[in-house]
Amino acid sequence: MADWIDACAATDIDEEDVIRFDHGKRTFVIIRDHEDNYYCTDGLCTHEEIHLADGLVVENTIECPKHASIFNAETGEVDTPPACENLHTYPTKVEGGRVFVEI
Amino acid sequence: MTAIVIIGAGECGVRAAFALREQGFDGNVTLIGAETPLPYERPPLSKYLTAAAKPIRPEDAYAEKAIDLRLGTRVSRLDPASRSVALDDGETLTYDKLLLATGARARLFAGMEGCLTLRSDRDAAAIHTRLKPGARIGIIGGGFIGLELAATARKAGAEVTVIEAGPRLLGRAVPEEIAAVVRDRHAVEGIRLLIGAGVTMADARKITLTDGQVLDFDMVIAGVGALPDTALAEAAGLAVDNGVVVDRDFRATDPHVFAAGDCCNFAWHDARVRLESWKAAQDQGAHVAASMLGRAEPYAKVPWFWSDQYDLTLQVAGLFDMALPVRSRETGDETRLVFQCNAAGHLAAAAGIGPGNTIAKDLRILEKLIERAAIVDPDVLADPSQNLKRQLKAA
Ligand SMILES: Cc1cc2nc3c(=O)[nH]c(=O)nc-3n(C[C@H](O)[C@H](O)[C@H](O)COP(=O)(O)OP(=O)(O)OC[C@H]3O[C@@H](n4cnc5c(N)ncnc54)[C@H](O)[C@@H]3O)c2cc1C
Ligand code: FES
Repeated sequence: MADWIDACAATDIDEEDVIRFDHGKRTFVIIRDHEDNYYCTDGLCTHEEIHLADGLVVENTIECPKHASIFNAETGEVDTPPACENLHTYPTKVEGGRVFVEI
Repeated sequence: MTAIVIIGAGECGVRAAFALREQGFDGNVTLIGAETPLPYERPPLSKYLTAAAKPIRPEDAYAEKAIDLRLGTRVSRLDPASRSVALDDGETLTYDKLLLATGARARLFAGMEGCLTLRSDRDAAAIHTRLKPGARIGIIGGGFIGLELAATARKAGAEVTVIEAGPRLLGRAVPEEIAAVVRDRHAVEGIRLLIGAGVTMADARKITLTDGQVLDFDMVIAGVGALPDTALAEAAGLAVDNGVVVDRDFRATDPHVFAAGDCCNFAWHDARVRLESWKAAQDQGAHVAASMLGRAEPYAKVPWFWSDQYDLTLQVAGLFDMALPVRSRETGDETRLVFQCNAAGHLAAAAGIGPGNTIAKDLRILEKLIERAAIVDPDVLADPSQNLKRQLKAA
């Protein structure tokens, strides 16, 4: 069963930025876009398993730091290759200044 | 129904084929590649001791997008007058639009014909099986491929010598400040670097230097650059000048023929350039697909390149003028970040190096500033206390 996990404070992530979030044996990223929406996706690029947390967020996209694949943070879809597999996304909610993710 | 034929199933040709479908083209797409394996990524070949090359796309993706992929097939002739290409299996195909994505091949200088080179998965297989502990490996050329291969060979336990004729490593690609980090690291790893050493003759086992020294090896590999594969274009009478000459839409000097990727020579800002860059091959593949469909916007992608050596990653955005000075952003002991502005005050190029992806985010911001032709204050960019992303928002 998926659970809502308290991942971080909403202010832990700058506007248009990303942090890495590890839970159990899995790694995720939590992304805050330019309009204060929060998204959670798999933490590793689908091209070569590189941590996306080192990548640049522009509006609601995240670019892989290694070879510049661009993913839509909201849908997980590849916007620009080389990656050809989408990222999994996970629901998020912000309550009481905390970001919760359902993973 | 219209037919688009793409010659060369490398990074650029594959990207163009899929981009045609993404952009809604429903005519015939034929993608012809001389190599036999499923189109694969070249960059890992010098970076890892790979057992099998990594495909660019899974096999079934081609059929799913109705891309007629013909591997192990070489185009032997292009006839723009009849809009047709002849294949080496005897077949002739006609086209409405043709894309030359023939890439480049490893160069060898006269007197070096017996050396190995690294461009294809087969080249890699021949080299990798001989990277054994203690094997004496001679590498001619201190460019990216030679240095990546040096690192890979060293990791496999080989004794590696790199011979560079120029005054420093990576002379054409990155500023001295970055090349020095690369040089120091290779020295620490135990690579023997002979810099400023010319080669008069070499074969698969032996290198003769201009000073007369003869060095013996178990394997000699030359990484002295690549030449664009322009044979078809030349024979067809298209303009060729260090690559197939294309206009801003990546159209060659025939209105139905386009060229992109490593084989083309295009205009970027005020310069004519030919790149050997994986990302550029993809960007141009997507761009030329739009061009062939008559919908291209001006090409604005900044030349971008990366290289991995040991745990270091190096990235370059834009094109440096090696005759002009660069500025540094003081990013800490382990990383280096340098940039250059042009006479108009625009950020023109940036390069960084560091362990893993430490410099990636900063470099990507600088790349975007280059793309926007932002006027920047070099003192601000040089100051590590200044947030780079804020500069981007202001640009
Ligand atoms: C070992 C190695 C490491 C690299 N590392 C990096 C890196 O770290 N970063 C980076 O940015 N770039 C790197 N590159 C460069 C990058 O791989 C190239 O820029 C890229 O592959 C260019 O793509 P392309 O499609 O234009 O050409 P290619 O990939 O060369 O593909 C062209 C294809 O066309 C085929 N062809 C040619 N003529 C014909 C014909 N007449 N008929 C049918 N087929 C034909 C060729 O066989 C080839 O398969 C590296 C290259 C090599 C070799
Ligand atoms: S690892 Fe992310 S694009 Fe290659």
